[in-house]
Amino acid sequence: MEKFIPVNGIVAPLDRANIDTDAIIPKQFLKSIKRSGFGPNLFDEWRYLDHGEPGIDNSVRPLNPEFVLNQERYRGAQILLARDNFGCGSSREHAPWALLDYGFRVIIAPSFADIFFNNCFKNGILPIVLDANTVAELFMEVEGNPGYRLTVDLAAQTIAKPDGTVVQFPVDDFRKHRLLEGLDDIGLTLEHADEIRAYETRRKFEAPWLFGN
Amino acid sequence: MPGRTLYEKLWDAHVVRDNGDGTSLLYIDRHLVHEVTSPQAFEGLRLAARKPWRVSANLATPDHNVPTTDRSKGIDDPVSRLQVQTLDNNCATFGITEFKMDDPRQGIVHVIGPEQGATLPGMTVVCGDSHTSTHGAFGALAFGIGTSEVEHVLATQCLVQKQSKSMLISIDGTLGAGVTAKDLVLAVIGEIGTAGGTGYAIEFGGKAIRGLSIEGRMTVCNMAIEAGARAGMVAVDDKTIEYIKGRPYAPAGAQWEQAIAAWRELHSDPGAVFDRVVRLDAGNIKPQVTWGTSPEMVAPVNGTVPDPESFEDPVRRESARHALAYMGLDPGTPMSAIAPDKVFIGSCTNSRIEDLRAAAAVVKGRRVADNIKLAMVVPGSGLVKQQAEAEGLDRIFAEAGFEWREPGCSMCLAMNADRLEAGERCASTSNRNFEGRQGKGGRTHLVSPIMAAAAAVTGHFVDVSEL
Ligand code: SF4
Repeated sequence: MEKFIPVNGIVAPLDRANIDTDAIIPKQFLKSIKRSGFGPNLFDEWRYLDHGEPGIDNSVRPLNPEFVLNQERYRGAQILLARDNFGCGSSREHAPWALLDYGFRVIIAPSFADIFFNNCFKNGILPIVLDANTVAELFMEVEGNPGYRLTVDLAAQTIAKPDGTVVQFPVDDFRKHRLLEGLDDIGLTLEHADEIRAYETRRKFEAPWLFGN
Repeated sequence: MPGRTLYEKLWDAHVVRDNGDGTSLLYIDRHLVHEVTSPQAFEGLRLAARKPWRVSANLATPDHNVPTTDRSKGIDDPVSRLQVQTLDNNCATFGITEFKMDDPRQGIVHVIGPEQGATLPGMTVVCGDSHTSTHGAFGALAFGIGTSEVEHVLATQCLVQKQSKSMLISIDGTLGAGVTAKDLVLAVIGEIGTAGGTGYAIEFGGKAIRGLSIEGRMTVCNMAIEAGARAGMVAVDDKTIEYIKGRPYAPAGAQWEQAIAAWRELHSDPGAVFDRVVRLDAGNIKPQVTWGTSPEMVAPVNGTVPDPESFEDPVRRESARHALAYMGLDPGTPMSAIAPDKVFIGSCTNSRIEDLRAAAAVVKGRRVADNIKLAMVVPGSGLVKQQAEAEGLDRIFAEAGFEWREPGCSMCLAMNADRLEAGERCASTSNRNFEGRQGKGGRTHLVSPIMAAAAAVTGHFVDVSEL
């Protein structure tokens, strides 16, 4: 995983609550056995007017002009602003893969679904929880100001607005550390292989049926 | 020492080490694998030259992509076929037990785990699928994970986790006529909302939950994730132990006695403290039907489609407006006036033998109504299908005009050929009514198996007790 470096980017507002991972990346694209290439199908059903399938050329498909990511002013956005319970539903990691592939590095919302939240950190995306009022304010500012950008600094846990005001955000220390360093979780866990084996030895004695088949 | 909750007991028993940063390394006893969320994880293992830590902890089956019609010619769609073949190859390479598409034990991963006794009380159970919460019905700590975590479990048999808060949802009272486990859990989600359980592990308790069969408890725990909770669970009792006894992966002999002694401890102690407690009376819960595009958008069958303007919260009001436009419904419409085009009985929520028996009892001697274009039953596993056929349920469904299919996820997420066309309305026993879930533009109403059966034969939603 790549290290998370500060982001200064365009903000795209997605003004809906309970956006689920089916909407983020529809099921037909889950048939892929790769981790990359999901960006063109991010929000596929909202983004295009026709029905998407894997393998078709997305560049010739009719775009939905109403959909926020299709608007010129949000082109190249790296920060997604959303409402409550973003990423609910299926555990598919294809959702953060699609967001990342499209170019998003940061998602700001009043709340996230647990599994999605966790999956973001595993893929170098920073999900930021801010209170609903601050998010509502950001929606107004983004929508009112074309070219609106934010600077997100994970090390300092700050979001700097164009007018210079700074908003602090919370993040768990362990998640921050892993994201900043781009650490390989599996490698870290395997440093404790002896402890895992010791646990197994103890459990085999206490609860042998767990090790049957 | 104050009493511990069931969740705390399960957690404590699986901590390999406290990482000292608010997380622990948690040992995973059972890992279930399916074709959609595993290929990239196996690829990751291969790239890092790693091997599964404990091969026997894994059990795999293809379910999301498999066709539910004749399988003798394999899978038509080349992309689906490749994904299923990839699972076959990965399992063969790494030595993981797989119930392949032509194995009678194949089925939806959350149906086959319990069916095989591969899910046991006191276990930690994970799978790259959010409905892994289902397995909590056995007094297990079971939760869905993403693909990076699938790889992590394969490689280390552990996950780095932060302990959740605990919530008790206690449902007392007695279930009314026509009210099922599905109605209970839909009512719970209606009450606490789809984010109400975010950050929590939910224990379901109370007289009404204890009164449910094990399969009913699975239905309830299955949808804990729809209330935002990664894990749902129910304490172990005699029914749990009875259900597991004699299953292929269950312990036997002296180990069985040792196991049940341990399992009897799997309940919250008196005096255990939960971070949040929600109490409901089952007597107040009517058969439920969802009207919107989120499981919390639910109403009793004798109610009406709500008016979005009646919601105080502006975000919820906007969501309701959006949902009604998508669903093609007007405020004030009686729920019983809604007429589906298709009926789907299946999914990891409601495709077990008891679900099929209950639905068949409603269908028996009746015919699918003229306005229903397709009514289908998709058993949760090959063994459920066999059992149903042995009981003659397939004939009851077929005589009424239902299609009787091969096991898999099917129209729950429409990744195979089973799907809704734009604008079509479906009475579905699955768990998600999201936009496009059952096909682009498709409109899903989540209901119990008996409500789905009743809708199929009457052509509209109806309180089964009035049939
Ligand atoms: S039946 Fe539906 S919800 Fe269950 S595992 Fe399959 S796709 Fe997921």
